[in-house]
Amino acid sequence: MIKFIFRRLLMMIPVLIGVSFVIFSMLYFAPGDAADVILGDLATPEDKQLFRAEHGLDKPFLVQYFNYMKGVVTEGDLGTSYVTRQPVTIEIMERFPATLQLSAMSVFLAVVIGVTVGIISATRQYSFIDHLATSLSMIGVSMPNFWQGMMLIIIFSVALRWFPPSGFSTPMHWVLPAVTVGTNASANIMRMTRSSMLEIIRQDYIRTARAKGQTEAVVIWKHALKNALIPIITVVGLSFGRLLGGAVLTESIFSIAGVGKLMVDAIKLKNFPMVQGGVLFIAFVMSIVNLVVDVLYSFADPRIRSMYTRPRTRKAATAKEAA
Amino acid sequence: MSDTILEIKDLVVHYVTDRTTVRAVNGISISLERGESLGLVGETGAGKTTTALSIMQLIPDPPGRIVSGEIRYEGEDLVAMSPARKREIRGNQVSMIFQDPMTALNPVLTVGDQIAEVVRLHQKISRAKATVKAQEMLELVGIPGERYPEYPHQFSGGMKQRVVIAMALACDPKLLIADEPTTALDVTIQDQVLDLIEKLMTGSGTSLILITHDLGVVAEICQKAAIMYAGEIVEYGTLPHIYQNTQHPYTVGLFGSVPNLNEDVDRLRPIKGLMPDPTEVPAGCVFAPRCPEASAECSAAPAPVVEVEPGHFVKCHKRRGGGSK
Ligand SMILES: Nc1ncnc2c1ncn2[C@@H]1O[C@H](COP(=O)(O)OP(=O)(O)OP(=O)(O)O)[C@@H](O)[C@H]1O
Ligand SMILES: [Mg+2]
Repeated sequence: MIKFIFRRLLMMIPVLIGVSFVIFSMLYFAPGDAADVILGDLATPEDKQLFRAEHGLDKPFLVQYFNYMKGVVTEGDLGTSYVTRQPVTIEIMERFPATLQLSAMSVFLAVVIGVTVGIISATRQYSFIDHLATSLSMIGVSMPNFWQGMMLIIIFSVALRWFPPSGFSTPMHWVLPAVTVGTNASANIMRMTRSSMLEIIRQDYIRTARAKGQTEAVVIWKHALKNALIPIITVVGLSFGRLLGGAVLTESIFSIAGVGKLMVDAIKLKNFPMVQGGVLFIAFVMSIVNLVVDVLYSFADPRIRSMYTRPRTRKAATAKEAA
Repeated sequence: MSDTILEIKDLVVHYVTDRTTVRAVNGISISLERGESLGLVGETGAGKTTTALSIMQLIPDPPGRIVSGEIRYEGEDLVAMSPARKREIRGNQVSMIFQDPMTALNPVLTVGDQIAEVVRLHQKISRAKATVKAQEMLELVGIPGERYPEYPHQFSGGMKQRVVIAMALACDPKLLIADEPTTALDVTIQDQVLDLIEKLMTGSGTSLILITHDLGVVAEICQKAAIMYAGEIVEYGTLPHIYQNTQHPYTVGLFGSVPNLNEDVDRLRPIKGLMPDPTEVPAGCVFAPRCPEASAECSAAPAPVVEVEPGHFVKCHKRRGGGSK
């Protein structure tokens, strides 16, 4: 298993190099030059030339890319923000905790609600509860985040005054954003749980578990759910990965200083190093999430696990049997 | 009468889907004494598994439903029983070996834990003791106990079948239902598994319902046989009744020619025609369309059950005279 994780970490390297190269060339060849953006219209051509030389922007493309990557690899340096003159790495790290917290809370909420409701729906297929849950999940999937966020603010902040409308400092601040972001994810998780469970509870081994005299609760939550986990883990991983890249609209609506908002601002101001560093960082986080998802797969399913680990007892046992 | 462990009376089971009703079991009656074994024989779709699942109270609902009838286990009606009481009996007093071992085991739990689970459910013993018991059960069916922590995908089909058998026998059931325990296996292993079941049965006082296509197996293991056709039991009696005084034309057809208990009877011989579509059971005798002896009265009314000799029942118009042909 350790070997597998290590191998997967190595496989991340070419992915990240590819991403960095693509994003670097896109920004390099994009119209609009950093010197124009930063120094403004009033700067003289000499000033601009000086600026370019100072930032190494006059060097050939490949040299620039190589220098950039050298910084990234050797000292985790993603460049310097044009706007704040701060290292990009530090800016991202300042914003990331809020995004991580929002994502984790939303996904936690989504898993608890999505899996529970999905299982109830599946075990009572076509009942009133199932129809209600399925309809609500349709709404949950199709409701845009920004609209839902604003509605929640209007109802729960403006009208009822239960929760503050913006900021992310106290637990009271966390509720509305987490619900906004979590709605979508929980609807997705619920639908996946339901369909996966519907398939599993018709399997013969579920009947075997019942034939042992096992209680319905254990049959569903142990025998069935464990088998239904793979697709559920997949959607949870996807949702979490996507959220870690920043819930752009939600962060804007609730004025949360997260990665999403940072990226949007950087794009608006043509803050190239920030955009570049941000994309690379998000790609890195996504790769890690994918790796975690793969590891979880192998915990959920011994058939997947056995592809990565060599069973120790196996050889001895078969040899013995043959004898 | 007190030694009757299982008594099924006029059991009717339907599978109701949107458009059709499959009449899988139509008024069958069976009774089984303690320690006795009954062979339930019939071609595919006759309703054998449905009968077995009714006894286990595991008919998938929807679409399945026990429409009417009684299933008395030691005098208690299983159909009307509370779910908690059913769970007490299942896996403990009545257990079942399922038709397809490839899908009967949970792929994400170790085989050992799956055996230990049923032990822990019905016996108040510690986890460690249950593990030991599960290993003993594995050894009993010829699998080394150290394979306890392995998963079903690491086992061959024959070994899975053994695990399923070990699971069914772990709590020393009073009634064991074996649903075609060998059809999924290749011929050499078939004999081993049957020998195993036979060995495990002898001396334990367990009653057995053996579902099979193979009349030879029934002759080897069972004392009684019930021949099922299109959801009905068309002939029912002891082995000598069925094998030496065969009455129903369908049973005769199964044996192919003159049957003989001492002769080696192999698998079912094909009979001309097909079993009626269980969604449209014929008005008269269900076998009439394929019966070589059928006459007008056969397709007019359902066949009566005739006791041609004590304990030997035949569902046929032609045997109403009360004797052999
Ligand atoms: N879940 C179900 N839904 C609808 N119809 C079913 C279902 N299970 C069984 N049936 C139908 O009920 C009838 C009897 O099926 P059953 O499984 O009892 O046959 P069987 O005698 O065990 O056959 P086999 O020898 O192939 O196992 C068949 O016509 C089958 O199509
Ligand atoms: Mg069957």
